[in-house]
Amino acid sequence: MGSYAYVAPGTVAEAVAVLQDHASRNKRAQVLAGGTDVLVQMRTMDREPRTIVDIKTIEEMNRLDIGAEQTYIGAAVASAILNENDTLRGLFPGLLEAAELIGSTQIQGRASIGGNLCNASPAGDTIPALIVNAAVCVIAGPAGERELAAEDFVTGVGTNALAAGELLLGIRLDNPSAKTRDAYLRFIPRTEMDIAVAGCGLRLSFDDSGICTAARAAIGAVAPTVLLVPAAAEALVGSKVDDAALAAAGAACSAASSPITDKRGTADYRRKIVAVLCRRAGAIARDRALG
Amino acid sequence: MSKVQVSTSINEETIEFLCEPEQTLLDVLRENLGKTGTKEGCATGDCGACSVLLNGRLVCSCLVLAVECQDAEVTTIEGIATDQGLHPIQQKFLEHAALQCGICTPGYIIATKALLEKIPNPDEQTIRYWLAGNLCRCTGYDKIVRAVQDVATELASEVRDASPEAQ
Repeated sequence: MGSYAYVAPGTVAEAVAVLQDHASRNKRAQVLAGGTDVLVQMRTMDREPRTIVDIKTIEEMNRLDIGAEQTYIGAAVASAILNENDTLRGLFPGLLEAAELIGSTQIQGRASIGGNLCNASPAGDTIPALIVNAAVCVIAGPAGERELAAEDFVTGVGTNALAAGELLLGIRLDNPSAKTRDAYLRFIPRTEMDIAVAGCGLRLSFDDSGICTAARAAIGAVAPTVLLVPAAAEALVGSKVDDAALAAAGAACSAASSPITDKRGTADYRRKIVAVLCRRAGAIARDRALG
Repeated sequence: MSKVQVSTSINEETIEFLCEPEQTLLDVLRENLGKTGTKEGCATGDCGACSVLLNGRLVCSCLVLAVECQDAEVTTIEGIATDQGLHPIQQKFLEHAALQCGICTPGYIIATKALLEKIPNPDEQTIRYWLAGNLCRCTGYDKIVRAVQDVATELASEVRDASPEAQ
């Protein structure tokens, strides 16, 4: 049994070097952002000593850039900082409502979207919202930087696509056009602070006559990973996103799901509720895009 | 692994301490520094009993490593009252009997301070959502909400009275 160590690198290159060094010596290192998952893991299910690599001290990890064309959210930017940003809320209301659903005010002050993605829970609320926005994960590693689509980042329950020595730097999003907006809804048994029984995010684009020209839908907590559902998008494109089209998209989400039964709900219930969430979130995204 | 030396500011006092890398801020406050006003409830970020302000932001000190506090500014319940007496939030919690066993109270006081600094005049729904990360198993929350509403009104009227237009 070794012991814990803590390092706070000053630069991305230093962080990558620490991670690579640990990997080459077969020693365990874990990246720390807001710590709202990592510290709970350290105390409960995963007490194995390791080196904690705190990335919050790196300026680049805290970068939040909202440009004319694109938005960049550093992996360590806390949800509270995102939620206080009205420009960001105007561009990505669905992503922000997903981030805002995670935990209490206390948690919001620390938790990050980057951490939510790396933690790779099937029920991670921001993951469907990132996927429908076609978010690009910017990853640093020993060989330099690479990019990966958000839908390819999570590889299984609690596992992600980061290789040894790699680090998620942040998320890059194309800003939506005027008639494009997103929405995210989840179902939990109470009004605050629980883990999603099911979740659904959508981003819809419309032309001037109110016909849907592009759609992305993603479902959470109903499969081992969050899933992009192309069949739901196909049911919406070409329609006015009326009740019939939304019902078809909801049915496609149910069909794509492969939920488990646990204390939060049965598989049958999840399959049913994910369709309801798709219909409702779709209507919200439509009204936002056309509003 | 050897201990880590950390220099931080706690309640506007520069404090240096040695800690293990895996010790939480809550552990260090209570065990290393004897600041036992901050309480441990769940130790997993669910109950808010250990709430402190870290660089002005409300956090659970059980979810912060003490080593992360290098050069930070921490405010704990010990920093709320002054030599002149209790903070108005503390006074209103007493007047409204917004506590019974008291374990959750330091966390509520800190969370209320953070709330009122951000939203000076919150409605009941805002108060309940903001304080949803603080659990109280005694009061049923109603008295806490009333205490927060009352102190918000009092602090707002103090600000009004102190403004140039009122004089």
